[in-house]
Amino acid sequence: MAQRPVALTPRWPGALSGALVLVLTLGTLAAVGWRAEWGGGLSPADWSAIRFTVTQAFVSAGLSVIFAIPVARALARRRFFGRKVLITLLGAPFLLPVIVAIFGLLAVFGRSGLINDVLGLLGIPPVSIYGFHGVVLAHVFFNLPLATRLILQGWLSIPAERFRLAATLNAPVGRLLEWPMLRAVVPGVFLVIFLICLTSFAVALTLGGGPRATTVELAIYQALRFDFDLGRAALLACVQFGLCAVAAVVAWRVTGPAAMGAGLDRSVQRWDRASAVVDALAITLAALFLVLPLSMIVLKGLPGLADLPPSIWHAAARSIAVAVVSAALCSVLALALALWGGPVIAVVGVLPLAASGLVVGTGAFLLVYPFINPARLALVVTALVNATLALPFVLRAIAPAVADVQADFGRLGAALGLRGWAWVRIVVLPRVRRPLGFGTGIAAALSMGDLGVIALFAGQSQETLPLAMFRLMGAFRMETAAAAALVLVTLTFVIFWICDKGARRDADL
Amino acid sequence: MLTCEKLLLQQDDFALRADLALAKGRMTALIGPSGAGKSTLLAAIAGFFPPAKGRIMWNGRDLTDLPPGDRPSSILFQDNNLFPHLSVAQNVGLALRPRLRLSAQDAARVNAALVDVGLAGLGGRKPGALSGGQQSRAALARVLLADKPVVLLDEPFSALGPGLKMEMLDLVRGKLAGPDRLVIMVTHDPADARHVADDVVLVADGRAAAPVETSALFANPPAVLIDYLGQGPA
Repeated sequence: MAQRPVALTPRWPGALSGALVLVLTLGTLAAVGWRAEWGGGLSPADWSAIRFTVTQAFVSAGLSVIFAIPVARALARRRFFGRKVLITLLGAPFLLPVIVAIFGLLAVFGRSGLINDVLGLLGIPPVSIYGFHGVVLAHVFFNLPLATRLILQGWLSIPAERFRLAATLNAPVGRLLEWPMLRAVVPGVFLVIFLICLTSFAVALTLGGGPRATTVELAIYQALRFDFDLGRAALLACVQFGLCAVAAVVAWRVTGPAAMGAGLDRSVQRWDRASAVVDALAITLAALFLVLPLSMIVLKGLPGLADLPPSIWHAAARSIAVAVVSAALCSVLALALALWGGPVIAVVGVLPLAASGLVVGTGAFLLVYPFINPARLALVVTALVNATLALPFVLRAIAPAVADVQADFGRLGAALGLRGWAWVRIVVLPRVRRPLGFGTGIAAALSMGDLGVIALFAGQSQETLPLAMFRLMGAFRMETAAAAALVLVTLTFVIFWICDKGARRDADL
Repeated sequence: MLTCEKLLLQQDDFALRADLALAKGRMTALIGPSGAGKSTLLAAIAGFFPPAKGRIMWNGRDLTDLPPGDRPSSILFQDNNLFPHLSVAQNVGLALRPRLRLSAQDAARVNAALVDVGLAGLGGRKPGALSGGQQSRAALARVLLADKPVVLLDEPFSALGPGLKMEMLDLVRGKLAGPDRLVIMVTHDPADARHVADDVVLVADGRAAAPVETSALFANPPAVLIDYLGQGPA
C-alpha cells in the first residue's frame, strides 16, 4: 500500500538553492538580454561565428560517435589484459583540464609535434593543428571516450540471453540485436556531445580564432575583453543561449535521464565469429589517441618542474581555493535540491546545461561592472559559476541515492522523530557519502580545470592555474607551460581522488 | 484506550472503515486477507496514512494531525527497522536521543536494553553483522527503550523461520506487553494470533470489526474468517 511520503527536512534550503541557481542562470541571462543591442542586428562576422559553431559541433559529434562505435563494440566483446584500465582511462578526459589536454594534443599534432616530425622525415610538409580541423580534433579527443562509454553501456545492456538465442537460431547478431540498440542509443549520444561542443570555449580560444574559426563564445570573449563592446557581447550571449537551449531541449527529449557508467567491467559472451583484427585495431588506435597526448604532458612537463616560477605556485594555490569553495558550494546546493526532490530539481538541475559558462559570465560581468571592477571579483564569480555549471552532474550522482534513503528509511526516521539537520547528519549523509564524494570530486576537478569565466574576469593578479598556463602558451614559454600543465593535471586528479576515495573509506553500508 | 472514531481510510478504489476501541493492557492482532487494509490501518495509527474522515484518539487525546514522531506509539515495519550504517547501540540509542548525543547514563540504559533482549556485548556491531533473529531483537530493544504506551508491529518477523518467529512473539509478550501498554500486531497467520494475542480484530470486506477475544473468535468463527482460513469449522 503506497503511503504519504513523510517530509523530514524543511523546504527552505532547497528553495534557496533553487533560487540561487535561477539567479545565476536566468538572472544573468536577463542581464544579458537587457544590455544587448538589438538594433544593429548580427553582422556578417557574427553569422559566420554562428555557422562555425554549429558546423564544428556537428562534425565533432558525428566523428566522435562514428569512431566510438567500433571501439565500443570491440570493448563489449573482447576480454584482454588492461581492458579495465582502458575503460577507466576513457573516463579521464571528462575531468582533464581542457588547456592541459590541448597542450598534449599540440605535443602530438602541433607544428613541432610527433606527427609532423614523422612527416618531416618522409619529406612531407607539416600540417597545422590550428583552425577548423584542430577544434574538431580536440573535441573528438574529449568526446570519443565519452561516446565510447555511453555506447558500450548500450551494448552491455543487451541481455546475454538474447545473444544465446541468436546463436541457437544462427541469426545475424548485428541486424537482430546491435542495430536496434544503436538506433536507440546513438542519437542521444550525438546530441549530448553536440551540446558539449557548442559550449566548449577553451578549445576555440586556443586552437581557433581568426575570421574563419571563431565560435560564438570566442566572439563574446573578444567583444568583452578586446573591444569592450558590452552591447555586442550581450547580444552574442543571447545567441549562444538560444543555440544551447534548443540543443539542450532536443537532447533532453531524446535521451531522458541516463545512468552513470555502472557495470562496464563485464563483457558479453558471444558466439558469432567477429574479426579479431578489426577489434584489435580499433582498441589500439583509440588507446594510442588517448594515451599519446597524456604521456606527452608528463614527458614534456617533468624537465621544467624544478624551476617553475613562484607565480605558478601562487596560481595553483588560487585554483585549489576556487575548486574547494566551488565543490563545497555545489555539493551543498545539490544536497539541498535532492532533499527537496520533486519536479523542481529536474528543471533546476538541467538549466545549467543550457547556460554556457561564457553566457553566465557575461551576465555576471554586466551585473557587477557598474559597481565594482570585475577583476576584483574574478575568483568569487568563478567559484560561483563553476558550482552552478557542475550542479547537473553532482545532482545526477546523488539524487537517486537521496531518493533511495527517503524511500527506504523515511518512515523509520519519522517514527523515531528524526527531523531536519539530525536526519541529514545521522542518516542521509552517511548513506549517500559515496556518490556525494564522487560528485564533489567531479565538481572540484571541473572547477580546477575551468578556463572560461576566469578568462573574462581576471586581471594579472587573480590568475588561476589554467589561465596562467594559457598565458604562458600565448607567450610561447612552452617549457614552463608544460611543467604548469603537469602540476595542473596532477592537482586535478589528486583532488578528485581525495574526494572520491575519502568517501569510500570504511563505508560499510 | 485507543479509539478509531468513524475512521475512513481511502486511496484510489480502496476504502476501509473502522469504528472501534482497543483497551490498554492487551495484545491485539489484526488479521484478514491480504489487501484488506491491515497494514494501512496500522499506518494510519502510526501517522503515515492521513484518514479521509474520522479521528484517532489515545486516552481522549486526538492524534489525527500529529506527525509520527510525536505520537505515543513505536512501530516496527516489515523491513528496514535498523539503519545499516549505525551500530546496534546507536540504533537503539535513537529511542532516547534522536540527535544521538548519548550521555554515559543513556549508554548504560542502551546496554541494559540490549541485555534484556539477549544481545549483551553486541552493541558495537553493525546490523549487517547480526543474524536475522538478532536484528529483530535489536529493533525490539529500541522499542523497549522508547517505552511508548502503544506498540505497533507490521509483521516485522515475517522473514524469520516459524520457530524463530514464535520466539520473537514470545519475547514481545514477555518484555513489551504490560498492564499499561497496548500492542497491535498485523499478521496473516492465524497461528500467530492464537499463540500470543488476547484479542483479534478482523479486517475484511472494507471494514475493521470490533475486537473479539481470541479464543472466542476461533471457537466460533464468523463467515469471513472461515473463508479466510479456507476450511469449515471442525
